[in-house]
Amino acid sequence: MLNGKRTSVRAHPMARLLDVLREDCHLTGTKEGCGEGECGACTVIVDGRAVNACLVPIAQVRGAKVTTIEGLKGRHPLQRAFAEQGGAQCGICTPGMVMAAIALGPNPTLAEVRTGLAGNLCRCTGYMGIYRAIKAAGRRLPKRPLEPSRKRQSAKRAARARTVDANSATVRPATRPGKARFAGPSTSSGPPRAASRGGSRERGREGTVVAQTRGTAKGAGRKK
Amino acid sequence: MSRYIGRNVVRKDGAAKTAGTARYVDDLTWPGMLYGRTIRSSIPCGEITGIRFDFDRTGFTVVDAGDIPGRNVVSLIMDDQPCLANRVVRHTAEPILLIAHEDRERLLGAHVEIDYRPASPVVDADTATQIFKRVRIEKGSLDDGFGSADLIVEGEYRTGHQEHLYIEPNGMLAVPGEGGVTLYGSLQCPYYVHKALCNLLDLPADKVRVVQAETGGGFGGKEDYPSILAGHAALLALKAGRPVKIVYDRVEDMLATTKRHPSIVRHRTGVKRDGRLVAMDISVVMDGGAYCTLSPVVLSRGCIHATGPYRCDHVRVDGRVVMTNTPPNGAFRGFGAPQTLFAAEVQMERIAEALGMDPVRLREKNAFRAGDVTATGQTLGPDTAAIDVLRATVARSDFQKKRRAYRGTNRGIGLSLFFHGSGFTGGGEVYLASKASLELTPDGARILVASTDIGQGQRTVHAQIVADALGIPFDRVEVEAADTAFVPNSGPTVASRTTMVVGGLLKRCAEEMRERLGKLSPREYRRKYGPLVITKQYEPPPGLVWDDETYRGSAYGSFGWGCEVVEVELDPVTYEVRPTRVITAQEVGKAIYPLGVRGQIEGGTAQGLGYALLEDVVMRDGAMANAQLTNYIIPTTLDTPPMDVIILERPYTHGPYGAKGVGEMPFDAVAPAVVNAIRSLGIDIRQVPATPERIMEAGRAGTRD
Repeated sequence: MLNGKRTSVRAHPMARLLDVLREDCHLTGTKEGCGEGECGACTVIVDGRAVNACLVPIAQVRGAKVTTIEGLKGRHPLQRAFAEQGGAQCGICTPGMVMAAIALGPNPTLAEVRTGLAGNLCRCTGYMGIYRAIKAAGRRLPKRPLEPSRKRQSAKRAARARTVDANSATVRPATRPGKARFAGPSTSSGPPRAASRGGSRERGREGTVVAQTRGTAKGAGRKK
Repeated sequence: MSRYIGRNVVRKDGAAKTAGTARYVDDLTWPGMLYGRTIRSSIPCGEITGIRFDFDRTGFTVVDAGDIPGRNVVSLIMDDQPCLANRVVRHTAEPILLIAHEDRERLLGAHVEIDYRPASPVVDADTATQIFKRVRIEKGSLDDGFGSADLIVEGEYRTGHQEHLYIEPNGMLAVPGEGGVTLYGSLQCPYYVHKALCNLLDLPADKVRVVQAETGGGFGGKEDYPSILAGHAALLALKAGRPVKIVYDRVEDMLATTKRHPSIVRHRTGVKRDGRLVAMDISVVMDGGAYCTLSPVVLSRGCIHATGPYRCDHVRVDGRVVMTNTPPNGAFRGFGAPQTLFAAEVQMERIAEALGMDPVRLREKNAFRAGDVTATGQTLGPDTAAIDVLRATVARSDFQKKRRAYRGTNRGIGLSLFFHGSGFTGGGEVYLASKASLELTPDGARILVASTDIGQGQRTVHAQIVADALGIPFDRVEVEAADTAFVPNSGPTVASRTTMVVGGLLKRCAEEMRERLGKLSPREYRRKYGPLVITKQYEPPPGLVWDDETYRGSAYGSFGWGCEVVEVELDPVTYEVRPTRVITAQEVGKAIYPLGVRGQIEGGTAQGLGYALLEDVVMRDGAMANAQLTNYIIPTTLDTPPMDVIILERPYTHGPYGAKGVGEMPFDAVAPAVVNAIRSLGIDIRQVPATPERIMEAGRAGTRD
């Protein structure tokens, strides 16, 4: 399922999900910033988890539910909030940032946002506008994830409901990936260490995904 | 009454960027399009002795220097940089050959073997002998100054390269046709590219069209470099007779494109016991890399800002930018000022230490006031706000109290005071003679400028200015794409000039249009009189005089002012320094789009924190050894502390609604505030990035006196 539609593509099994989305499916909203899973510009949601599409071989999403920025149809409260609150400047990290923010679930705390978005680089905003946007969107989002209801709805409304479903409810990971990764022992100096050097790069959220492919993702769909 | 100026409208490009429908160059394809690739030198310096193609050349287009129809130069200031190396290479990753193919895999698999006769490279800027530009600024007499000093403080300060790291790498798409070529690209300055291509391709102006695609960040990194890349794409496209797209991957972008100039700045300052500065002798060395690019003007801005925002009767600034065999350095937010302001502000801290004086009082005593005269002889206007930003930041940050409270802990707090000249240096704006146009539409007006929105919000700010000056709703103002086929040359999108200079031109256009319309609506006017386009050209404000030979006069129409306080925490085991809070007041004349101003300040500050602590370009044998995001670290959410931003407004008479520039200033002096915070912990650090290794060494060398 791609953005709520059954989709089949013919591609090399090791082609990068990013290339298949951009070139075969013509969904260019997902961006490439580094091709090595560091910047998060290519973040999409696969079965409820935010992943870097540059590190996922297409074979791995067979039968999976994939949501890209296009799947939100510009109607997600986060999208409007990013535009209104200075969350987007040059815009190249924005689609990935929005998808990663969605994966945090509704109304995340600032600490959850900071850890959850640590794999998404933005060079324009200093992240402050992004935090403001997520906070503002939270005011528009329901406190609890919406349960999709197919009954008593017109076709149009049903479609919208599915969008909401895909964006805020079912995509929410059971445990927030950020938490699992960062809830290490907290030092006396406060919140999780920023790992300013070498270590900071362990933050990428792709770790598990690569592991699932038993190492085969390495060198998958090398960049153009 | 202003309906939009000073209000947070929803930015013009907000919907497209958040929906993922904004089209960046890599999102564009063309029927029959080929992909292009650049074959680059693998040595820093030498002569090419042979080229072998170890692949089947069927379907490939190959271009070398011999295919260039015009002059083999990237036209900018000195015209010393070839578009493709001819025989000699002067830096690693210098372009030698171009190849294109429709199949990306085959293109990447093609192997070209190049033989060289290597020469020994110049890598040390301090001893390099080839000088691109020398600047000398003199005021008063150093002998008199030092003669009257009670104390002389000397120091040497160093800054490293910095990579722009816009998240969208450089990219260009060239489409040949009608005896010319059209370029779509990620770029800041359409007319720079246009001029470079006319020279390179020997084509008349109307046969070259340059269109800005949505641009995923610039920071100066897409000021000069796109001219080279556009040349490459165009050469391939013209030879192949098919569209060619070249988009760099991150590694290539980091290896080959420009960086911030590294610097060595030496200060010798004479000071009275009461803290009054009486003499400043400053030498500035910048590393230009292998070709001149924009180095002369980077040095120029650096030298003009080298005194910091302080008055002093006896000043000498002696600067040079030199050639080394590394990839050319170019424009980067701040444009030379961050390097010299780093030195100035750490030097001020050391003067305070030497005098045993409170660093705030020392700055307060010497900071520029209205009516003071700068080193170039410019008398500062009533919009001078050094004291205002200093007091606002010190008060908001509780600086004095915290400084006392942190003594003896692993926490530090540091401060910097700075200024930034808006617009081109000296006579630059007169030379540019920029134009802007406004076209009447049935509903309102369309902005025609070559200024580019690279995220800073140009479309939005320009539309706000026009909407208010014309008295129409913001939504009725359209902004034409920066396309040389339709827009006049408004100059480059650099130097914090887009709001102040180009916005000012648009305001004049809109005011005249309003007058012409009288009581008619746009639709009525068009029905009655036909189309209406108003164009205005830059005129220098009265009294703005500059001499490029002597470096005397008004270097800038106006300066913005800023003060930064950074709190840090030192890990005593790993020597990592973590910034925990930033408080900054910045004076911008008039914040037309306050959210945008805030975004510039927050983003520039984060970039500055990276420069101060994390971003270490490791040059090995003239090449960047860590050219990938895995080990070139920029600040993430977790590296970026909360920021408290205060925006002050002291309107500039000749700026639109009082606006000055804001884009670069927020970057200017984050690094010295961080280093001064580390110094408050007793660690004598005088270099950025202040990596844990450097802090450890400085710590081992003993605490400072």
